[in-house]
Amino acid sequence: MGLIDNINKLFDHRIRLGIMSILMVNEEVDFNRFKELLDVTDGNLASHTKTLEKAAYIKVEKSFIGRKPNTRYSATKAGREAFKKHIEALEAIIKNKH
Amino acid sequence: MESKKYLKDLTDIKELMSRSSRFISLSGLSGILAGIYAIVGAALAYFLVFPLRGEYLTLHGWPFQLTIILLLSVAVLSVLTAYYLTTKKAKKNGEAIWDATTKRLLISFLVPLLTGGIYIFIKLKSQHYGLSAALMLIFYGLALVNASKYTLGKIKYLGYAEIVLGLICAAVPGYGFWFWVAGFGVLHILYGSMMYRQEQSG
Repeated sequence: MGLIDNINKLFDHRIRLGIMSILMVNEEVDFNRFKELLDVTDGNLASHTKTLEKAAYIKVEKSFIGRKPNTRYSATKAGREAFKKHIEALEAIIKNKH
Repeated sequence: MESKKYLKDLTDIKELMSRSSRFISLSGLSGILAGIYAIVGAALAYFLVFPLRGEYLTLHGWPFQLTIILLLSVAVLSVLTAYYLTTKKAKKNGEAIWDATTKRLLISFLVPLLTGGIYIFIKLKSQHYGLSAALMLIFYGLALVNASKYTLGKIKYLGYAEIVLGLICAAVPGYGFWFWVAGFGVLHILYGSMMYRQEQSG
């Protein structure tokens, strides 16, 4: 079966899947908003965003609001396309089994 | 086994997408009440203001001021009701009312609405009363459509309906008052009841 091949290993994880889902429908999301939505610790979130950044699926922008550092994330075009493919693969697998 | 996990992935994706981008739904009851306020306000205007006026409203005359007071009261009451009922509903569901999505919702709603409000006010200053009702409906409709990205439910369709009504109103001069009642009164009640029924059925 070729269906499983289309599953993107990078998205085969709850938190990375969550990060991408949120970025598909939001232009920009900051670190704290992710924490609030995904209910994860700082370290955990940082390591998963780093993984996605390395794959060039998301873009990271660091800036300061007053004195507080603020990190904002957005999905890249490649990230969006990869995620769409991943969702299609999930749907195909489910349709096949039912 | 595997397919179960993937199914769960898909539900998670959907859930996160809607939770992160959509504002909690406005309660249907607030729509119904907003419609009732509008109709009561219009009835008051009909019986109190219209007998007072001769042929035209004048900007500094009492009828004009009373109309403005009525319009503002309807708007303020509707907003307060929506805020109160929506907060109550959000608390019950354990959702936060003021977050990044709410802020974006308000901004995308207010930009077209304030633009329209200011425009109508400028026109009134130069004695152009004619299209006020049509403009209110159109800009309100645009505000709803623009804000609908951040709301649950089918507020978009209410927005389209208001825009269409506003355009028809602009094409049929002289019936502004009745179109206003239809748009802000009847449509709100219709839409609110539909939402309310949906909420009750789960």
